[in-house]
Amino acid sequence: MEDLLKKTCLHGRHLLLGAKMSPFAGYDMPIQYSGIIDEHNAVRHAAGVFDVSHMGEIFVSGPDAGRFVNHVFTGDAVSVPAGKIVYGMMLYPDGGTVDDLLVYREFEPDSFLLVVNAANIEKDYEWMVAQSAGFDVRIDNRSEEWGQIAVQGPEAEKAVTGILGFKDAAGLGFYEFMNETVDGKRVIVSRTGYTGEDGFEIYADPELTCRFWDALIAAGVKPCGLGCRDTLRFEAGLPLYGDELSAEISPVMAGLGMFCKLDKPEFIGKDALARQKAEGVEKKIVGLALDDKAVARAGYPVELEDGTPVGTVTTGYHSISLDKSLCFALVDSAHAALGTRLMVHIRKKAFPATVVKKRFYQTKYKKQ
Amino acid sequence: MSKIVEGLLYSESHEWVKVDGNVAIIGVSDFAQSEMGDITYVDMPDIDDDFKAGEDFGALESVKTSSELITPVSGKVIARNDSLEDSPELINEDAYAAWIVKIEMSDSADLDSLMNAKAYEEFLK
Repeated sequence: MEDLLKKTCLHGRHLLLGAKMSPFAGYDMPIQYSGIIDEHNAVRHAAGVFDVSHMGEIFVSGPDAGRFVNHVFTGDAVSVPAGKIVYGMMLYPDGGTVDDLLVYREFEPDSFLLVVNAANIEKDYEWMVAQSAGFDVRIDNRSEEWGQIAVQGPEAEKAVTGILGFKDAAGLGFYEFMNETVDGKRVIVSRTGYTGEDGFEIYADPELTCRFWDALIAAGVKPCGLGCRDTLRFEAGLPLYGDELSAEISPVMAGLGMFCKLDKPEFIGKDALARQKAEGVEKKIVGLALDDKAVARAGYPVELEDGTPVGTVTTGYHSISLDKSLCFALVDSAHAALGTRLMVHIRKKAFPATVVKKRFYQTKYKKQ
Repeated sequence: MSKIVEGLLYSESHEWVKVDGNVAIIGVSDFAQSEMGDITYVDMPDIDDDFKAGEDFGALESVKTSSELITPVSGKVIARNDSLEDSPELINEDAYAAWIVKIEMSDSADLDSLMNAKAYEEFLK
């Protein structure tokens, strides 16, 4: 079974560091090294480095590239200047989500980089190709050629400018990127992340990715696994495709309508989203704070006090930074207002909870 | 390699039992705590709760996952380790010192189905 799993270029290093490995999106990935709590706290208070080489890189170029990207993407990647990154989704015509992704507006004209979820690379690529009829555009899935590490935390800037020597990275605002050249090869340094902290994501070929990783680890930056990547993104109120976004969960249901530019002339799913915004949706993703310490896990039922089912937990943790039992849940819109009291059924008992804002943790992104 | 202590009995769901007369002192094995990672919460039963062998009497929560605690013996809860309420990490630190509950056994024959240290070591292989 293990042989069928793909490996990132850093796989051997994870084993040497004693990581606990587990399959994720078809890759054998590190879940934790020193422990999820220790790694989580390193990112909140110092810096940590993640192997995110499993993420997909799809390049779009050609005379119609801008028009095409804006056709399949909910955000507006065309009206922003080169060097900017836009977060948004690709949608099905009914408003269901194909994937959530970052679009990099490249410095070369008519060129974009789309960074997509590992589990969705093939699906996204095929979806984009299928939508490209009539567009003069080249769609190039180069996920296998690119490694990626994320350096996250209040000391990330020091690590990227000092240890890795990308001095100009200090000048990047949140959701801005720049190109560097190392050994004649392209490196993308991007001020983005998935933790709620300031940080960078660095894209390079496998050899350079290994070199950057080794330099950071040697300098004492803590290796961090997918375990704390999930606890960090959860506290920051960020969705994970498959949990809070899916073919059945539209961005409007997920509370991510702000990333869907309904003032664009058109994009796939626009009409459905406009209708959902105007008429309301049946279900919404909410944050819930439990009164007790019991932890709500994905799939647990959410109920009214009389036991009437009104929804399902999508992600839940005992929050490390807030020391509280918190979860995201998909619930009937009638019970989604802030302050609503609901019950979460955990094993044999129902535990009281309150609907709260999804951004549980005050994020600390770099100001523009 | 996870630690296994001689003189205890072990279940296939990785609880350990220390027998003290007709009382079964129950915890989880070092293997169980290491698989779970950082334990953040122990959901414990109330004193005087009755359980049948094979029933879950509580749960462990780690950051990553939840795992039910299964009693290998039938009987009544006569004590619980309340220090785990504030310090669940005691289980990570020493899984054999951090007992969870004491159950007064109604049928000590329940113990016959459990493994000794050697058998448990084989079971983990």
